[in-house]
Amino acid sequence: MDGTLLRSLTPGVIGILVRRGADFAAAEDAVQDALVEAVRVWPDDPPRDPKGWLVTVAWRRFLDAARADTTRRRREDLVDGEPEPGPVSGVDDTLWLYFLCAHPSLTPSSAVALTLRAVGGLTTRQIARAYLVPEATMAQRISRAKRTVAGARFDRPGDVATVLRVLYLVFNEGYSGDVDLAAEAIRLTRGLAAAVDHPEVSGLLALMLLHHARRTARTDADGALVPLAEQVRGRWDTALIAEGVGILQGALARDRLGEFQAQAAVAALHADAPTAEETDWVQIVEWYDELVRLTDSPVVRLNRAVAVGEADGPRAGLAALAELDDSLPRHTAVAAYLRERDGDLAEAARLYAEAARRATDLAERDHLTRCAARINTRLRG
Amino acid sequence: MAKYLLLKHYRGAPAAVNDVPMDRWTPEEIAAHVRYMDDFAARLEETGEYVDSQALSPEGVFVRYDGEGRPPVTDGPFAETKDLIAGWMVIDVDSHERAVELAGELSAAPGAGGRPIHEWLELRPFLGAAPTVTE
Repeated sequence: MDGTLLRSLTPGVIGILVRRGADFAAAEDAVQDALVEAVRVWPDDPPRDPKGWLVTVAWRRFLDAARADTTRRRREDLVDGEPEPGPVSGVDDTLWLYFLCAHPSLTPSSAVALTLRAVGGLTTRQIARAYLVPEATMAQRISRAKRTVAGARFDRPGDVATVLRVLYLVFNEGYSGDVDLAAEAIRLTRGLAAAVDHPEVSGLLALMLLHHARRTARTDADGALVPLAEQVRGRWDTALIAEGVGILQGALARDRLGEFQAQAAVAALHADAPTAEETDWVQIVEWYDELVRLTDSPVVRLNRAVAVGEADGPRAGLAALAELDDSLPRHTAVAAYLRERDGDLAEAARLYAEAARRATDLAERDHLTRCAARINTRLRG
Repeated sequence: MAKYLLLKHYRGAPAAVNDVPMDRWTPEEIAAHVRYMDDFAARLEETGEYVDSQALSPEGVFVRYDGEGRPPVTDGPFAETKDLIAGWMVIDVDSHERAVELAGELSAAPGAGGRPIHEWLELRPFLGAAPTVTE
């Protein structure tokens, strides 16, 4: 029994049922029933059109449930007005499900959970484990999300940017136990890229592949963070880098620049450097200028200050940093790094220690504490 | 089996014997400390005495109900003595003696100069239903 096939078909089938008028939760229940039936029947009697088979069975289940419901009459009217299930169209309905799960009325964390459930086909237990919350908590969050979008009707495609943001959130959650959310986000983004022709979808896919390619080099054997400049580049996944760069080039050629393409371009320039010293910082600064123009985000300006520090020296970086609000996350860490490069070790050590106190992530905090310790050791010795 | 909470303090506990802030250690000393903590947790997982542990940020506030509207938030009613909890570990052990033994072991994690920190850890038993069957 091919579990991957079933999982990849699921979102499309749910999408078709919802489009035909089933509400989200009922559609999902019906599809779950159909999947159970498929696992039972298919080994002895494989269907010629697996998706069509699932749609037919799921729709029948939905009708059975709907008939048994107290709102029977209303639903039967609804069903009556619908055309008979005909040949099943391809990606369109899955795409529609992406937009439903990224509905603007959902909070980002609910949108992420619903996307993993409906489009990704993950179980509630798997999602709960990935987010380190009890299964009951995640089940509640998902049903609340389903209730929120229950009445949603779409006459036109939603906003691709919102879907991309949700997928990027999934990617940034990393992995725990049996679910690797980064890999899952890449799978979902590939699905989206196959269904919708938009250079920013390719931009996000390229960005994810380029980040993912460096994952094993990002921590050492003790689990400590390894900064980009110190990573063993031989441990980067060159096949993923090549794929990411290829996808990015295709997107850039279409001349509709967006923030994900620009971010991917920065990642590609890092991936392209054989050693940290050979990084093309001048071009990276240019891409950050584009990003500032596209997003005007303070975080982007902060990253730009780092790049300026590398391209034009730490003094220039500190000058760029001085224009930014020092309450920004990581502002102190960047200041510490630039001070260190400028030779002001005492101030750098003090700032690293302060940045460590402000860090919101344990690995980051340990890394910054080590930086402070490294400099303090040098100052004593 | 009884559960105990081990609390590690930033501030509020009596000073440790080897009381040097971590950013004054050498990177090797930090690595040794982290390894000790990891090994400690791994060993408790093997004996079935480990439940969970988390590090906490030093940022924390006091909140109180004050009638309708948003509850007031302050940095702490007694700022100069404000206790700060750095992290916790929950263990599930046979006896209070075993809990004390493990807390002592954790307090001996290496610090500056590779010598044990001798820090004070707070040990608090969980409240729960008393066992009705004695084996």
